[in-house]
Amino acid sequence: MAKELIRLENCRKEFDGEVVLDSINLTIKDKEFLTLLGPSGCGKTTTLRIIGGFLKTDSGKVLFDGVTINDVPPHKRKINTVFQKYALFTHLNVFENIAFGLRIQRPRLSEQEITQRVHEALELVALKGYEKRTVSQLSGGQQQRVAIARAVINKPQVLLLDEPLGALDLKLRKDMQRELKQIQKQVGITFIYVTHDQEEALTMSDTVVVMNKGEIQQIGTPLDIYNEPKNAFVADFIGESNIIDGVMVSDNTVKMYGRNFQCLDKGFAPNEPVDVVVRPEDIDIVPVSQGQITGTVTEVTFKGMQYDIIVDFQGFKWLIQTTDHSPVGAKIGVKIDPDGFHIMKKSEYSGLYGDYSSYSAEYDELSADPEGGGQEDE
Amino acid sequence: MSKPAASLRSEKGIVDSWTTVKEFFEHFRKQSFAYPYVLWMALFVVIPIILVAVYALTNADGKFTFDNFSGMIDYVPVFGRSLWLAFLATVVSLLIGYPVALAISRMSPKTQRILIMLIMLPMWINFLLRTYAWMSILENTGLINRFFASIGVFDWINSLHAADANYTPITHFQLINTNGAVVLGMVYNYLPFMILPIQSVIVKIDPFVIEAAEDLGADSATVFRKVIFPLSLSGVISGITMVFVPAVSTFVISKLLSNGTVMLLGDLIEMQFTGAAYNPHLGSAISLIMMVIVIICMSVMNRFGEGEEQAVMM
Repeated sequence: MAKELIRLENCRKEFDGEVVLDSINLTIKDKEFLTLLGPSGCGKTTTLRIIGGFLKTDSGKVLFDGVTINDVPPHKRKINTVFQKYALFTHLNVFENIAFGLRIQRPRLSEQEITQRVHEALELVALKGYEKRTVSQLSGGQQQRVAIARAVINKPQVLLLDEPLGALDLKLRKDMQRELKQIQKQVGITFIYVTHDQEEALTMSDTVVVMNKGEIQQIGTPLDIYNEPKNAFVADFIGESNIIDGVMVSDNTVKMYGRNFQCLDKGFAPNEPVDVVVRPEDIDIVPVSQGQITGTVTEVTFKGMQYDIIVDFQGFKWLIQTTDHSPVGAKIGVKIDPDGFHIMKKSEYSGLYGDYSSYSAEYDELSADPEGGGQEDE
Repeated sequence: MSKPAASLRSEKGIVDSWTTVKEFFEHFRKQSFAYPYVLWMALFVVIPIILVAVYALTNADGKFTFDNFSGMIDYVPVFGRSLWLAFLATVVSLLIGYPVALAISRMSPKTQRILIMLIMLPMWINFLLRTYAWMSILENTGLINRFFASIGVFDWINSLHAADANYTPITHFQLINTNGAVVLGMVYNYLPFMILPIQSVIVKIDPFVIEAAEDLGADSATVFRKVIFPLSLSGVISGITMVFVPAVSTFVISKLLSNGTVMLLGDLIEMQFTGAAYNPHLGSAISLIMMVIVIICMSVMNRFGEGEEQAVMM
């Protein structure tokens, strides 16, 4: 895992005068599962296409194994891609689709070797016995598997995956997530994965790169990203967050709602204004008398595993996830442990996220797939 | 429990029959839009074909006979020439048309629209007029020969043979009244029918499929050979059909550009109906054979495109 494989240095890209990527710096290690995560138009697909060789940077360098590859065309890179809408060859059957990369190799491979390797690839994606099928006879999930088999057959060092599960339904997507991770371990190569689904990113990745507006917001392990978001954008994009204005009174003490709270964060200037993140699951509901602060329940949504309740604290609405039912209109107190707070420096995103005044139950579903997995970044 | 279930069933039965009746009328209503066309086809396609068959199988007295077909042996060279020239015209059209279609499909949508319009533009001018124009270009005293004369090509050629006593000086190249002129006329007139279907198919190829091929290691020549060309095959077959069929049956082009020296099937058939050789029975028999040949050619062509969307038959 230690060796560096790909490095982007100050990569910048404009389309028609609009900045899509603004000096991206990124190092990708060998055999790593790295996810580029962000909303539509954040530049994640553009980054992937630059690595694949389908786009050229306006400025900056792309290095592969220490060698600059800015001008190397896609067919000469040891990188293969699983495309968003599979992009299978409709004039070829499953076997020939997968064999494509082998058949065009020079010197020619023997028919025996091709057959053997295609069968290995089919086994890898659990599609044995589908050799003779035409592409149109396959379901979306099966087409996806063919696309993966076709991309790994050349034994690339890096596999790029552009929202490969975007077109699948939820159940299948979950299964494929697990399977993709399995495949990555089995073939032992670097995966660079693009998605706008934060849950997918957290589940599969070794490293998550959160992007917005053509800039990298944060790079880290899924745990880091979730527990230590760098700014309000990351906190809001990864999971649910209540983000409240606060003041860092001193190390380990943050003040909000005119009250001091114990926290674990330090290293801020005395009385520095900060964004305070409280995850909905880190909040305990207690009787009013025992509450650190008190508020009124304004909305309750049953979510199966838990209730999502919206609580009004002096005009600012919080989302709390709890297994205890509280009726609408009830006065409740809440208690937050010191490790439930995460303090962030103020950023350009401060005040934009983290208020649940306009919360609706459909919010998750809507934000999970903003435009039906369609094209973006172009 | 069983009784309400039964009544429910019968109620459902009524609902079912209602929807069936409604569906029937709906169906009828939708189908009825096709009736004018069906009638048109019956009147002007099916009945004429039957008439042609009847004529082909009878003689002037109205008696049943195969004589019309047995007399056909004399015309084998005409059949051969027609098929050969139509084949040449199709090949030339494909060789010119495919690169053009490929080039056009790589331009921006706006440029594509303009270029397609330019390709269609000549078709807005009368077919005869366009072919007459070629006559004045190819004639012995036409534009090309006059151009060559003006730059002294013939004088130069003649001067090379000055020593030869038997040599007759030339004053022009024989362009018109040749097989070449007829093929040229066919290509000129039918080329758009080759370009348009191919271009429309290439344009629809998913650019990501081409990227996928590049991604897997294919250089641009391989991408073309293994992806673009196979995926455009249905357009190629349509194009071949749309050039070959009119080319094999044309009579105007050969008449104007060969002045009767290159006789094609179309000319032969025309002569049987309007010329001095008036014999509609023989003409019908030739037409029938030609139809069969075209159908055979097209079904062979369509085999190549199997699995792809079927090309137009005629």
